[in-house]
Amino acid sequence: MRRHRAAYCAPHFLEFFEAQVHRALTTQRMLRPEERILVAVSGGKDSLALWEVLLRRGDDTTGLHINLGIGDYSRESRARTEEFARARGARLFVADLREEYGMDIGTLAEASGRSPCSACGLSKRYLFNKMARDGGFTAVATGHNLDDEAAVLLGNLLHWNMDQLARQAPVLEQTHPHLVRRVKPLYRTSERESAAYAILRGIDYVIEECPHSRGARSLLHKGVLNSLEAASAGTKQAFYWGFLDRLAPVIRAGGPPALHPCRQCDQPTTEEVCAFCRMTARAAARLNARTPSLP
Amino acid sequence: MKVRLHHPRRVLEIPGRQRVSRILADLGLDPEAFLVIRGDALLTSDSEVGDEDEIEIRPVISGGWADGAPCAA
Repeated sequence: MRRHRAAYCAPHFLEFFEAQVHRALTTQRMLRPEERILVAVSGGKDSLALWEVLLRRGDDTTGLHINLGIGDYSRESRARTEEFARARGARLFVADLREEYGMDIGTLAEASGRSPCSACGLSKRYLFNKMARDGGFTAVATGHNLDDEAAVLLGNLLHWNMDQLARQAPVLEQTHPHLVRRVKPLYRTSERESAAYAILRGIDYVIEECPHSRGARSLLHKGVLNSLEAASAGTKQAFYWGFLDRLAPVIRAGGPPALHPCRQCDQPTTEEVCAFCRMTARAAARLNARTPSLP
Repeated sequence: MKVRLHHPRRVLEIPGRQRVSRILADLGLDPEAFLVIRGDALLTSDSEVGDEDEIEIRPVISGGWADGAPCAA
């Protein structure tokens, strides 16, 4: 582990990783006493590693897996998540996009005119908040790691996405009664470390990638950052943590955007109708228009 | 040695005893983006892999993203 100038045996690496998560939770005040945490679990290394650490800490967690309807990838992801929960006696909710909204991600993306990653990200953020609110959870935890956050930061800076930069943080506070706080306890650890933790803990996670992520710009940005990391260990950490320490407070000085309930679904939004309702309505209208009418 | 790779899944035969760092370099793989596994143990870059060994080279980079936010993990 060059960025830490350290080399660990397996037991000490596990201790190190769990300590990093604990440190993230405490220094960022991610969890409050008696917190009911909904953990977003895809079946991949990061979310299952996160859930494992939280379970070992004795936190009150329930998993939420969203079946996106992406063929074998979704079937395998769900199976790995269910097996993880079963083996640990952990509570798991499974939401099925097709059952809930009549469309899988591919159909939703195509019919709404969004990219699959855009439709997926929007759907997941919407469902995490909705399921957490409906279930009485007080925090949603996701497995976003240092590499994810550094790559997104690079992308947001390259395009000067100021709104997104203002929202990029390890903790997204509850700024509206309908918004459940979101936390990212893996923001201190790399995805290489998540994978190593999952392997050493014997977690059987999905190795195959979502077919829609092929060629995604995030992977290009991660590759660039890995090249910088190889040349100078600690670059990713300095980049993202430096942003959090120095630039993020300046960008956020104006305060969070005003939110109010969506006119259709009651979820928090900055618009009259939230982006998810607009996306599903657009997709449904296009699909209906394509269906030949009966004589 | 037998080397199992992903994306796409395949198995390569590489002759002789070699260090992990050399195997990754010869395959053109970024050491930051992969873990090398033998049995249930992770191998460091200076570990030696024998001619009779079977190893897995597992990618660790994942995720797409859109709208300025990562694919929700």
